[in-house]
Order: sequence, then C-alpha cells, then structure tokens
Amino acid sequence: MINNCLNCDDELVETMSWRGLFYREPQFLCYACDKQLVKIEGKRCLGCSRSLDDLAPQLIKGDVCLDCHRWEVDPEWKGILHQNFSLYRYNAFLKEYLAKYKYRGDYVLAKAFSHTIKTYFTKVDYDLIIPIPLSDERLYERGFNQSIALLEEAEVRPSNILTRSHSEKQSKKTRKDRLRQEQVFQLEESDLYGKSILLFDDIYTTGTTLRQAAKLLREAGTEKVSSLTLARG
Amino acid sequence: MRFAFADNGLIPEPLIEHETPVLQRISEFPFLPPQPLNLSFRFSPELQSFLSGRSLLLDELPFSIDTLQDHYVNGFVSYQKGVEKSCCYRCGNTSPHLFASFSCSRCHTPCTYCRNCIMMGRVSECTPLITWKGPAPTSETTPTFKWSGTLSQAQKTASEQMVLAVKESKDLLVWAVCGAGKTEVLFEGIHEALRENKRVCIAAPRTDVILELSPRIKKVFPETGVTTLYGGSEERNTYGQLVLSTTHQLYRFHDAFDVMIIDEVDAFPYSYDSSLQWAVEKARKPQSSIIYLTATPDRNTQKQCAAGKRSFIQIPARFHRHPIPLPKFVWCGLWKKTLKKNRIPHPLKKWTLSKLQQSKQALIFFPTVELMEKALPLFQEMNLLIESVHAEDPERKEKVMKMRNKEIPILLTTTILERGVTIPNIDVAVLGAEEKIFTESALVQIAGRVGRSADYPNGDIIYYHYGRTGEMIKALLHINQMNKEAGKRGLLHDQ
Repeated sequence: MINNCLNCDDELVETMSWRGLFYREPQFLCYACDKQLVKIEGKRCLGCSRSLDDLAPQLIKGDVCLDCHRWEVDPEWKGILHQNFSLYRYNAFLKEYLAKYKYRGDYVLAKAFSHTIKTYFTKVDYDLIIPIPLSDERLYERGFNQSIALLEEAEVRPSNILTRSHSEKQSKKTRKDRLRQEQVFQLEESDLYGKSILLFDDIYTTGTTLRQAAKLLREAGTEKVSSLTLARG
Repeated sequence: MRFAFADNGLIPEPLIEHETPVLQRISEFPFLPPQPLNLSFRFSPELQSFLSGRSLLLDELPFSIDTLQDHYVNGFVSYQKGVEKSCCYRCGNTSPHLFASFSCSRCHTPCTYCRNCIMMGRVSECTPLITWKGPAPTSETTPTFKWSGTLSQAQKTASEQMVLAVKESKDLLVWAVCGAGKTEVLFEGIHEALRENKRVCIAAPRTDVILELSPRIKKVFPETGVTTLYGGSEERNTYGQLVLSTTHQLYRFHDAFDVMIIDEVDAFPYSYDSSLQWAVEKARKPQSSIIYLTATPDRNTQKQCAAGKRSFIQIPARFHRHPIPLPKFVWCGLWKKTLKKNRIPHPLKKWTLSKLQQSKQALIFFPTVELMEKALPLFQEMNLLIESVHAEDPERKEKVMKMRNKEIPILLTTTILERGVTIPNIDVAVLGAEEKIFTESALVQIAGRVGRSADYPNGDIIYYHYGRTGEMIKALLHINQMNKEAGKRGLLHDQ
C-alpha cells in the first residue's frame, strides 16, 4: 500500500466515510493533487470528446467541434475514426504530471489513472485494444511505452500489433506538419476482418496520430475503429 | 543499457561485435575493475572539460558511446553503478517508498529506479553513471580580484578565518546575522582558493539566490570561468573554476571541489537533510574545505558550537552597526475563527491601518496559503493595492518587484519571503506566530527583514499569536543574544 502521494510525496490522509467502510478505491494522490485532475464533464464533442461548454459558438457545428467537422468532410478521412473518448482535461496540472511521467520517465505515476481506466473498460466492449506504439529508438530512449504502461497498470490486456517507424517527436510539430506526414505505422500480420477495435493513446491533440493508425486498421478490414485517450489536449 | 565483461573491463551492449552469451546490468557486476590510466592516450579536451568532476548519465553527454569507451579503456572515464539494492548513487536516496520498478526496454527486465532525483533524468539499475578519471583542466590565467569595498571589523575577522580554513582544507561555520554582509566575507577566501588553482563551489538552496549572486561574483573575479547552474540553466556544459549551483545540481558532481561554500545551510528543503549531506560529500574532494553560512543554525548545530565541537565564527552585528530590532509579542485571540467570520483580528487591523496612514510599507506573514487567500479580500477592503504572494504564484517575481518599487503598500506572504528579500524601511507582522511552520529559525529570519538599510535601521516586528510558543521565545532570545554579543565586542554604534 502506498502511504505518500505519488506526485508531491505528502502523506496520504484517509478520509472517513460510510461508503469507505465497505469499498475503497485505491488512493495514489493526496487530496490537493487529486482535485487538480479534472475529468471531462458536461456537453462534449461527439467526435473527439473535447468539452463544448468552453468552446466559442463559431467553433461548434451541431454535435461536433469544427475540427471534427473538417475531418468528416474530407473524403480521405471521413469515417476512419468512429469516435474518440477522452477521460481528463489536459490542464496545466496534467500537462506537468504527464511530462514527468513520459519524459522524465517516472513510470509509477501511471497508477493514478488505473481505477478510471479500469472502470471505463467495464462499460465498453471491443475485440481488440491496441495502444499507439513508439518507434524502437523512442522506446529505448524512454524505457517504456507510456500508453502500454497505462493499460497494464489498469490490468487491461493490450494487443501490441502496431509498430511505428522513427520520426520527429509529435509534440515538436505543428498541426500542418502533422497532417502532411506520411504513414508511420505498420501492422503485424493478423486477422482483423470484421473486428471492432479500440485504439489507446495518452493524449488526443489534433487526432492525426490516431487517424493514421485507424486508417491502417480500416484498410485491414476492421468493422469499426474507436479510440480512448487519457487526456484531450 | 547492458554490458558484457571481457579483458577485465566492461563493453557496452551497442559496441559488442560478436555474439556474447552474458549481458548484465551494471548493478549486477560484483566488482567494477578500475582501468589503468594510459598516459600516452590523447584524450579529448572537450570531454575533459565537460566531464571533469561530474557524474552524468549517458543521455546527458553529447559524446558518442565510441568516444566514451575509448576513454574508458584508457582509464580516463569510468562507469559507475546508478542504483543498487535500494540506494541511489546519484542523490543518496535510500527511502524504499522513493524507489519503483518497471519493465525496462533498455535491459529487458524489471528495473528499479530512483524517484527522488527523477527530475534530472531516470537513474535505474541498468543506468551507468559516467565520471572522469583523467587529469582536471588547469586554468592558465591568474585570477584577478576586483573589489574595492571595505569590511567591517567583524567581517574582517570572519574573512581571515575563512582564508585560513581554505589554506588548511578545514571546515568552518560562519554564523552571521541577517544583514551582516556575508557575501563580502567570502571574497578573500575564494580569491585565495583560486590563486592555488583550486576549484570552488557556492551552493544555495534556491535559484533566486544563485541568480542574484552570479553577477556579483563575476564582477569580483572577472578573469575566472564562472559557471552558474540551476534547473534549466544554459551553462551546464562549460567547465567553471568557480561554480554557483543550486543544491539539486550538486547531484551531478563527483570529487570536484576543493572548497565548497554552502549558503543558508538551514534553508535547504527539510534543512540540511541527509540527501544534501550526501550530495556535498560526493561533490567535495577528499581533501577539501566546507564553509557553511547561516544566520540561524539549528539547535543541534548551536549545541555543537557551544560545546566547542565545531569550528565557527560569529558575526553578531549588521554592517551598519545598529542592533537588530527585537520582536514584540501581541496576543490576538482565536484569530482563525475571526478570519472565518470575515474579520481581521483587531490588533492586526489597527496595526495595518496605522501603516497605511503613515504610508509605510509592510509585510504580513501567514502560516498557510489558504488562510492568506481567505484574508486577502478583507485587507483589500482597507486598500485595494494590497496583494498576496506565495511559492506557486505565477506573478511572484512581478509582485516582489512591485513591492520594491513601492507600488504595493502592504504585501501578504507565506514563508517564501522569509529570507533573501531586502526591502528598505519596512515593518513586519506575523499572524499566528504560534503555528508549527514558524520555527525559531523562520521567526529569526522574518525579523531579519526589518531595519536592513543604514538609512532606516529600525522598524516594527510583531508576532501576533494565540499563545506564545517555545520557538517564539527562542527566537526573541536568539536575537537578543546576538545584539548583546555585538555590544560586548564593540560592533555597535553607541546608543
């Protein structure tokens, strides 16, 4: 059992409640840190899960945001990604937290999300859950794949059938660069005909990475490709 | 990364040419044989100046693994263990809860890493720390010393003591009151060390202190290579004869310094904790001297001084030869409850109003951010320009600057402004001085904000409390004792 907050190392103080007598969620963050993790709630874009509440009206088209609308009117990309669901807002706290997790390599920080990810998977049903891979070079540099680690800590069994060739870091590219780039993913030989797939990644920013992977999977004959990400940037 | 073992030495995995059956993590080798120094080897001067006195990760070195291995084989570089059996050899962490393990794609096994120093890049069981074993760079220039100020009598005595400590590689504690002029005391000692081609480090707990110190030091030693290190610093790749560093950056040094000056030794996070002690011990050379600077040594240190177990020198008076104003205790009842009812405790309100009327600037210290934020609107009812500041405040620097420019009449603050901040002619109050966070050292430091300039050597320092604590009384006695000592030694103006 963990006694100190994974983020700030303060001691964890148990809050007493009636519910807590019978069932207790494992606690990894102290109250002060935990309350800064904000789940996406209220009205959200049906395409990418971004909150519509704090979006200007001219950036909303019906049930979806303007970005998703632009994807869906593009014949090349229409219907490639069925839907994305994101769990948390990518606020300043989560940004810093994920940077420490991914770039500094503090693996154990993944535990803070286990419960939420696990709960999500009890409510949905997919044939395969495929994490977005890292290139070999990037994997060596980081020491672990942040998306696979999030799934494994949540006791979800991923199918690692996608691979990725090496390219510049996504976070260093502009949206335009990202849209222009060529296919970076490869698919291992497997029978995907008629399968429903859930892709998993840590952050949805423009949705290009997920759509590139989804495109490859759609071409392999899958029925439907959706995605889940921890955060919506 | 993993290594193979051949010819009594290590070979990094990427350089292995033939199939080798056994690849091991560096932590798994029972013994790492030192490689004999090959004096005819032509080493890279760039690597020498980058790595000398340091202990770095492969990822931190802009040199190829081939270059490093060449230097290793010739005895100029060594590979050391990073983490072994729940001990981190970079930061000295041994707390089990600050280690974690993961399935590592570098060594393909569950790999334990240190969480304590993770912000400097991960050190794990398969991570080698790389150090320089060859000769240190020598500086060709003789250091110039450009300082024309004069030292007070007490400063001079301390300065002479320090020069002696540097010469004899001994440790010394300089116990100087807030406003004594500690920095000037260091100059002669540093100059002495540089003249002997010694490497000097000044370590301070916070980046602000290092940034403030850096230009001053560079001015005094214009010919000397000065490196300023803090999180995000640009200068980490240059060799400095004189290094200014935050505590954390010390973790990257190994056997580097002949003289280490530890500023505000009591202000390090969790004070002079075991992790810092480790870093200092690792960064100093076996034959070296450590100069500790503090205004408020902890109990233990004070006892050691009193018992004669520690060599120390006191500067009990400020450079302007006025005594330090003594704190006043004012009882203000159940002040937390008063705040809850949206009222400022009466005595503090009266005090604040009088400061506003006299247009005298003031600092008011709060024990927590929450209480301070609760109180801020109440203070702003008196004057809208009143502001608050705390460690995480994004406008922290701007607000302190505004306070210096007299644009803020009264600034509410947490203990972050307890040291380092010098604003002439201010009054200071502490609300809830009985709270645990206000230790003797914190209270002495806070009192040390008052009367800093020679033009305004007096001012109010008031501890508003709900029951006086031992720490409050110790703080009062501490200041009183220093003033008495200063009077006895004739370091004060005649009253």
